[in-house]
Amino acid sequence: MNLEKVIFGFFIVFAATLNFGFFIGEIDNPSHHDIYELFAAIVVNLIATVLKFGDRTQIGAIHLATSLVADLQLLAAAMVWGYAVHVAGTGLTAGVMSSIVSLSGGALFANVISVVILIAETIMQRR
Amino acid sequence: MTSSTPTSTIFLVLRRLRTPLIVLILIFALSVLGLTLVPGPPDANGVIQRLSFFHSVYFFSYTATTIGFGEIPYAFSEQQRLWVTLCIYLSVIGWAYTLGTVFAMLQDKNFLNAVAVQRFARQVRRLREHFFLVCGYGETGRLICKALDELGYRAVVIEKDETKVGDLELQSYSADMPALCADAGEPDTLLFAGLNSRYCRGVIALTNDDSTNLAVAIAARLLAPALPALCRAEHAETVNNMASFGTRHIINPFEQFGEYMALALHSPAAYHLLLWLTGLPGTTVTRHRDPPVGKWVLCGYGSFGKVMTEALENASLPVTIIDRSPPVDPAHHWIKGDGTGADALAAAGIREAVGIVAATGNDVNNLSIVVTAHQMNPGLFTVLRQNQVANRALFDAFESDFTMVPSEIVAHECLAILTTPLLAPFLAAVRKADDAWAEALLQDVTGRFGWDVPAVWSVAINISQAPSVYRLLMRHEARLKLGDLLRAPVTGRPELACRALLLLREGDPPRLLPDADQEILLGDQLLFVGDETARKELGLTLFNAHTLNYVLTGLDSPGGLVWEWLAARRRAKDAAHG
Repeated sequence: MNLEKVIFGFFIVFAATLNFGFFIGEIDNPSHHDIYELFAAIVVNLIATVLKFGDRTQIGAIHLATSLVADLQLLAAAMVWGYAVHVAGTGLTAGVMSSIVSLSGGALFANVISVVILIAETIMQRR
Repeated sequence: MTSSTPTSTIFLVLRRLRTPLIVLILIFALSVLGLTLVPGPPDANGVIQRLSFFHSVYFFSYTATTIGFGEIPYAFSEQQRLWVTLCIYLSVIGWAYTLGTVFAMLQDKNFLNAVAVQRFARQVRRLREHFFLVCGYGETGRLICKALDELGYRAVVIEKDETKVGDLELQSYSADMPALCADAGEPDTLLFAGLNSRYCRGVIALTNDDSTNLAVAIAARLLAPALPALCRAEHAETVNNMASFGTRHIINPFEQFGEYMALALHSPAAYHLLLWLTGLPGTTVTRHRDPPVGKWVLCGYGSFGKVMTEALENASLPVTIIDRSPPVDPAHHWIKGDGTGADALAAAGIREAVGIVAATGNDVNNLSIVVTAHQMNPGLFTVLRQNQVANRALFDAFESDFTMVPSEIVAHECLAILTTPLLAPFLAAVRKADDAWAEALLQDVTGRFGWDVPAVWSVAINISQAPSVYRLLMRHEARLKLGDLLRAPVTGRPELACRALLLLREGDPPRLLPDADQEILLGDQLLFVGDETARKELGLTLFNAHTLNYVLTGLDSPGGLVWEWLAARRRAKDAAHG
């Protein structure tokens, strides 16, 4: 067992699970989607991205790409949230909430790809 | 990752920055999270306020980057201030760690090397001109680069010594020469330097280490078999080794000079002709005294001494050898002693000798030998071996008859092979020809062009090198004579200051010195000697159909459809009247 692989796998799966936890629930109901969960998802996703830096293999490149997509989507969701509450001042309406959640849904898809690659990579290694 | 492997620098940077980046993210996340949780001051209604994520990120962004706008959006509570104090110290540690890592990386030898290799490889990749790959920027390398620059070729240089690479950057070449400080013996380095590039015209291995030159030779043979490789070799084993896998050109400066000496003894005119044709551009050749026939003395029986002894004995001249070591070859007349002293020279019979060869590996000893010998016998013909180019001033002051400078000999040979491929067969013919023929030719060409090293160039009559002549011959309109082509495209059409030395035609034996009546056919290859202006004007004739027409007929042909039509009408009218 390799500690580096444990940490790597941990962050990728953790990013996906947090993302899923935020995404699940009625799409336009603010009480189903916790802001702290979104925050945690962003932070864990960023760490997962940094962990993928510097791998020159093809699989490493796809890994990094999916992570970057997830980061982008989650940060966009956070920005929509901040804009709605502080700049526009409309508060969390059903419309705003559904766009936030759908953005995080996109990120979830990227995270799922990341997990699938992780599993495929593990299965390919016959050691 | 070793320093020599081609690392994509960006990946190296990212790998090194993993930990500091994660630390920064964690510190940022922890601080922001804490700010949203810590209770703030009560608002007007007495309800405890908390900072939202938006405000926390905003506040922490300007605090962590030391901008510090103050407490926004409202004055903080004591609990918030306590937490912010902690966060400030945390963030300072985070930044210090990250910056420390970055600076350490910027000074890291491996990293700097990776950056240099990348920059060099990029420069070479972007070259869109033909270039030569020069391995080793020593004395020979410098001469070659200078000559290539003057001839309008680019060079890519690999040199192991950092100070020499720095020296190259200080030279004012007209074109930029990419240089890398690396071991040319490694195939990877050669690949970066464009061994596989389609613009690479040849590899020149000139390092002072025979094994490196050998490594370059074999890499060139395997990785770029079509490319001509020129390799310097000083030991007989290296020469044999290189020859065994088919290195195109092996240059051994000692052998080469031995051949020159043999040629000078056999046919002085041919020797001077060869010297004149292969000189470095921009230099002047002076006519030497011809080496006399009689008894010779040679000091220092090393690899060069051996070659010289052979050359002299092949001309059936008696040689006396002076060497510090006991005789290794009993066939020679051998004096054990020091050639720098008068005793040994007297014992070798210097007073009756006609020539002396100072062939030791030490410049000061060589000079001392010839100066002493010259005092004892002022009429001596002196052959001096110069090992370091730095000692040139001393050697120039002595004015010996022959000076053997290995770096210059290698440079001459390389340039002759690389820039004019047709020169080699011509020189081979010159070496074989008799002295009277060579003397006549030498008188003729040096009378016309002087003793300055001339321009020597070859031309192939094909679509890429002579498109206008190619089209003319393809139409079968006229038979073309060499003399008609060699005229200047100016009023009066004077003869060009150049002379054809050799004509190669497939299926025919090579024709030496083709005359003006020689017919030119498609696919002919010609070697010319002359001045630079003639070379340019001939180039113009070969490329421009109008110039060719003027050179052949003396008539300025009109360009453009309308004018051609008008000219045709006028001709028709003249014909009708006439």
